[in-house]
Amino acid sequence: MRKRVLSVIFLFIMFFCFLLQCTMFKKLSFGGISPNLLIITTTSVGFMRGEKQGLLAGFISGLFIDIFFGDVIGLYAMIYMYIGFLNGKFSRIFYPEDIKLPLALITLSDLSYGMICYIVLFLLRGRLNFLYFFRRIIIPEAVYTIVMSIILYPILLYCYKRLNVDDNRSEADFV
Amino acid sequence: MSPVIKQKGEKFTLPSKYLLFILTILCTGLMVLTFTTSALSTPLSYAAGFLVVPFEKGISKIGSYLNERTEMLQEIQNLIEENESLKQQVADLTNENISLQQDRFELTNLRQLYQLDAEYAEYEKIGARVISKDSGNWYHSFVIDKGTDDGIEENMNVIAGAGLVGRVTSVGKNWAKVTTIISDNVSVSGTVLSTSTNMVITGNLETYADGLIEFGKMVDEKNQVVTGDKLVTSNISDHYLPGILIGYISSLNTDSNNLTKSGYVTPAVDFSHLEEVLVILEQKKTIGE
Repeated sequence: MRKRVLSVIFLFIMFFCFLLQCTMFKKLSFGGISPNLLIITTTSVGFMRGEKQGLLAGFISGLFIDIFFGDVIGLYAMIYMYIGFLNGKFSRIFYPEDIKLPLALITLSDLSYGMICYIVLFLLRGRLNFLYFFRRIIIPEAVYTIVMSIILYPILLYCYKRLNVDDNRSEADFV
Repeated sequence: MSPVIKQKGEKFTLPSKYLLFILTILCTGLMVLTFTTSALSTPLSYAAGFLVVPFEKGISKIGSYLNERTEMLQEIQNLIEENESLKQQVADLTNENISLQQDRFELTNLRQLYQLDAEYAEYEKIGARVISKDSGNWYHSFVIDKGTDDGIEENMNVIAGAGLVGRVTSVGKNWAKVTTIISDNVSVSGTVLSTSTNMVITGNLETYADGLIEFGKMVDEKNQVVTGDKLVTSNISDHYLPGILIGYISSLNTDSNNLTKSGYVTPAVDFSHLEEVLVILEQKKTIGE
């Protein structure tokens, strides 16, 4: 039950992040670059709650983007889904007290997201100037995303800890 | 977690690998579907419009608000620094300026009125004070403190400083309203003093932001008129006495019809700082009278 509540809360956060990402942060962009909040949520859900939740979170996040901005529906959903799934692999070594792993994972996820996007959306159309895109888009986005994750991640962590601890406790009481 | 609950939970779920596989196929299917047909786009965009757009509109407002704020903050940073140095400068200059200004103000006012009086000596004049202005930065019209009691009538010319201000458009017992020549809806027939070339000078508040008013319909085939020429009211003007200084030509260009010229005039009067004016008690004689 608690887990379901947590899922719902995360879903809401994701929805809200999506809204922020395509509205407010477009206005607060630096040099035309806005942070990728959905990567933060997807990644966080992945390493906090495991592969399945991660891939579902990624799928839903990606679907949001697909519906609004995707040329084809399903592309972003797939990218995000795999990112969430792969991050889920790290749930075994995730501890809420440790901040290094989450930040590293978020960074890595955003960089690989940028790479995949470049490959799928640009390289395949013959845009070969990788260094330009890397320097101009992928790196700044990753940096901005890390900065935003410092704000967003504690919120996610708080929800997770709160509901998870309660869950354990209530179960312990119950048993 | 107790193993019972865990088992119970796993009963209904399928392993993540399979889920990933299924969803991958689903995604691929959707991609192929959207590539080939547009069956999906309509319902999805409808749903999105229903679900997300209202939120986005709201947040966009907040976003643009925040954006303005951040820009403002950046501006403030610069402004604070600038302000520091400027304040110092202002303090120094103000002291100097106050004494100088008072002297100059008095001097120019008196000098101009004296000159004007001498220049248009043939006309009988009466001095009047501006007591009220049209609301706005540069007033189109203003009210003076003399009226019919002092012999002021409608259409009398008003001069100040170095030249023409306008004419009285309505008059009361002890007040009169003066419409200035820079008003957007006022035209004056003028002439270039050196060549007697006639033209129409029209007020234009927009260009008066740069201190200029327009003129046009000037026929100058021999290109005799140059910038800097003195403009005065013409003989053929309906309401204005001839020979009153209006201003100086500041720019000049040929119209697209190649017959007439137009351009901008710098008025001789500083309309934004009018305090005292002279009303010419003589009226232009027209045929009807």
